[in-house]
Amino acid sequence: MSGTTGAAAAGYEAVIGIECHVELKTQTKMFCGCLNEFGGEPNTKVCPVCLGLPGALPVPNLRAIEHMIRSGLAFEAAIPAFSKFDRKNYFYPDMPKDYQISQYDMPLTQGGVVRYWLEDGTIKECRLVRIHLEEDTGKSTHAGSGDGRIAGSAYSLVDFNRAGVPLMECVSEPDIRSAEEAVAFLEALKRTFVQLGVSDVKMEEGSLRCDANVSIRPIGAHELGTKTEIKNMNSFRSVQRAIDSEIARQVALVTSGGRVIQETRGWDEVHATTHSMRSKEEAHDYRYFPDPDLPPLEVSENTVGWLRVELPESVIRRFTRYTGEYGLNVQQATQLIDNPSLAEYFDACVALSENPAQSVNFVLGDLSRLANETGVAIYASPVVPKHVAELIALLDGKTINSKIAKDLLERMWSGGGSPKAIVEREGLAQTSDPGAVAKFVDQVLAANGDAVAQYRAGKTNVLGFLVGQVMKASGGKADPALVQTMMTQRLA
Amino acid sequence: MSDLLRGTAVQVAAAVNARQASALEVTEAMLAHVEGVEPGVGAYLTRLDESARSHAARVDRRVRSGESLPLAGVPVAVKDNMCLDGTRTTAASKILAGWVSPYTATAVQRIIDAGGIPIGKSNLDEFAMGSSCENSALGITHNPYDPTRVPGGSSGGSAAAVAAHEATIGLGSDTGGSIREPAAFCNLVGFKPTYGRISRYGLIAFASSLDQIGPLTRTVADAALAYEVMAGYDPMDSTSVQRDVETTGKPLPGDLTGVRVGIVREFDLAKLGAEAASLYQRAYGDLQKLGADLVEVALPTAEYGLATYYLIAPAECSSNLSRFDGIRYGLRVEGDDVTQTYEQTRAAGFGPEVKRRILIGTHALSSGYYDAYYVRAQKARTLIARDFAKAFEACDLIACPAASTPAFEFHAKSDPYSMYLMDYYTIPMSLAGLPALSVPCGWITPAGGTVPMPMGLQLTGPLFAERALLGAAHVYEQATRHAGAHAPQIGGAR
Repeated sequence: MSGTTGAAAAGYEAVIGIECHVELKTQTKMFCGCLNEFGGEPNTKVCPVCLGLPGALPVPNLRAIEHMIRSGLAFEAAIPAFSKFDRKNYFYPDMPKDYQISQYDMPLTQGGVVRYWLEDGTIKECRLVRIHLEEDTGKSTHAGSGDGRIAGSAYSLVDFNRAGVPLMECVSEPDIRSAEEAVAFLEALKRTFVQLGVSDVKMEEGSLRCDANVSIRPIGAHELGTKTEIKNMNSFRSVQRAIDSEIARQVALVTSGGRVIQETRGWDEVHATTHSMRSKEEAHDYRYFPDPDLPPLEVSENTVGWLRVELPESVIRRFTRYTGEYGLNVQQATQLIDNPSLAEYFDACVALSENPAQSVNFVLGDLSRLANETGVAIYASPVVPKHVAELIALLDGKTINSKIAKDLLERMWSGGGSPKAIVEREGLAQTSDPGAVAKFVDQVLAANGDAVAQYRAGKTNVLGFLVGQVMKASGGKADPALVQTMMTQRLA
Repeated sequence: MSDLLRGTAVQVAAAVNARQASALEVTEAMLAHVEGVEPGVGAYLTRLDESARSHAARVDRRVRSGESLPLAGVPVAVKDNMCLDGTRTTAASKILAGWVSPYTATAVQRIIDAGGIPIGKSNLDEFAMGSSCENSALGITHNPYDPTRVPGGSSGGSAAAVAAHEATIGLGSDTGGSIREPAAFCNLVGFKPTYGRISRYGLIAFASSLDQIGPLTRTVADAALAYEVMAGYDPMDSTSVQRDVETTGKPLPGDLTGVRVGIVREFDLAKLGAEAASLYQRAYGDLQKLGADLVEVALPTAEYGLATYYLIAPAECSSNLSRFDGIRYGLRVEGDDVTQTYEQTRAAGFGPEVKRRILIGTHALSSGYYDAYYVRAQKARTLIARDFAKAFEACDLIACPAASTPAFEFHAKSDPYSMYLMDYYTIPMSLAGLPALSVPCGWITPAGGTVPMPMGLQLTGPLFAERALLGAAHVYEQATRHAGAHAPQIGGAR
């Protein structure tokens, strides 16, 4: 039983907000010229600026700012004309300056809404508070404690390769009601960021990190309950499990007369529980103030206009187009959307063939199978959308049947070119001429007296065998429907 | 050669470019002179004899290959809050003692590229916080005109070095008066350009929105030369301005005809005592004699300058100095855990004035006080800048004292507030980001003193009006020639 259903049974609903950090994909770090790449020998991608050496100064990465604006626009956020960077002051060994350059009260994007879908196709909305830009910290490794934890460790090592990597923080409103929704929301964010090319969004490499604010309240109540903040979730699956576990914990606590206290709790993957990390009383006063090293950012309407015009179709728009206009099922639509180059290929096939159902069958069926077998991506194969559309036209016009279509596709994959040309060249067009088909039917009936007798004796399932024999005799070209009709008539 | 040690940067560069002297000869002579007088002055925290020689040799090669360098062979004192690759850079703090910078500040690099020779890293108040150099944790610097007195601060080491002829140009940084006040105390020209004119990249930050690098020199022409070498946009500093630097390649103007000089109504000279008051009256009169029109201007908010400054500067410094935590570089006093290491390192590494400002700044930024302190100070800062803008509708330059008194004796300002008051006349300009300089304007023998001490006239211009400001100061300097009236007790005749 998930935390949500358990909560519902006890008369409670969960209220969830997500805060996630996404590392932006840029050539260089946020405020210096060091390469923004995952991994590498510790402390090799560093310079005076990202090491916070005395006297070093930050210079903003304009590409990162562009990524931010595009991300905001994709979620219909407002892009204010002025924005600024602030310093968030606190001491931490892997933070070189002991302050983080972030954005406090004037983020690059404000508001917005993420529309996402659940497995059953239901479309949900979660409003965004903001998306702001900041710099990532370094990474600490604790040695000598056995389990990698700081407690009991003999010493710690710090790697600053990640320090200064551009990071966007998305903060949602508490519009999410279940762990399943939380994961679907994150998947929607991920799809958009990947589509825009602003991030790789790899949770395993830490380029997506998320925290969840979880509270419960009696069903029907409007007031929010006391929330806890869940950290240390490092996969979508752990997000789901952690939130479910926390909802269950809170419900059990409240129904047994207890009270939820505001605190930060860490998710423990091994024990599948959350544990208290620190309470609200220990919260920092970050002493935010505008970073005097960075002048305010001015974002012109013109810039926003251009970036808006150049935005691709939004993920949710694509989803509703696929499932609504095109009649694809949720799984097909999701599969295409999760593979943007495939979706683009599919769209090109649909544009040329005007047949989404057949296009999706080819793209997700035979073409995907061929791609898997040969290790060549569909868009990189010799099969261009124009040829797929031709193939669909040949099928629709009953020039070929689906068996021939399958064979043609194999040949197109190995460089055969236009299916129309192959069909013409090799006379593969389907035979729908009743005279020609009748000849094959009569031949087969004459040669299979036994089967005919069996059929007439009531064993009608030999019909399939007889039809198959006709198809074989015609080299696969006979119109199967016509064969079927004709055969039934003759045997009657 | 000793003539060249006494000479100006303009003269040294001309001689080296004309190959009348080699940069190496100038450097060797300078190093010998430094060796002789340094025990009495204490201008330098680190001497760069070896690298000076190799820089000089490189300059000589460039000159021999036909290059003409604006600062060919000119000895330069670099304030020790500016990074220079491969050299110890301390900001006069125990927390950085022994830290060797792996990179060079843009301004210093431009000096080197122009042929300047860094002779040493000069003393300062720790992290540039102070007005006497007494807050240095690493050394005492004496005023060459009277070694019982301070050289001023925070750029006191550079000031003393240039005054004692231990360098021809001193590099300073000015946050609230740290170039202008020591220049006044040491009979020099001290020039703080418009905020953003000279890159701060590689300058160890005190208060980022106020810090500005500038030169301390014996003449206005030298200040202009050094300024032009250092000024200009730097892609490494987001606050550096993308705006052409007007050069003084053509001669500075010969008189002040038609120049409107503003005299600030609120600055009551009588407060400075009769002798100083009449000295400044005479200076204003000299400007008038040179053709300037004196006009009274109002700066009604200037009196809030000090209070405003002592919120904004500490707030920024409290954040800027967080990085000195013992983790990556500098001093570390190991504790039982990381928090204790932070506490012990910072307790041992910072001096009392730095701690005081970190505390003030941390308080001013903390939740619940931010609006009352930091935000109000920012508003006051805007008002002060507006007052100046309004004043400059009626005048081209503003003239006022650079400091309230001549150089004082060591330990004379025992309470912090009396020390803060030293910057009363220089802070408003810093808050407004304006270009301002101090130029010698006469001598006063302080009560209890035995020798006359120099005084400085401060001239301030509108934003980016460096050229007009330097021009006017040059005219005044050439007409009055106060600087040459007395020689320093240490470092030889002027």
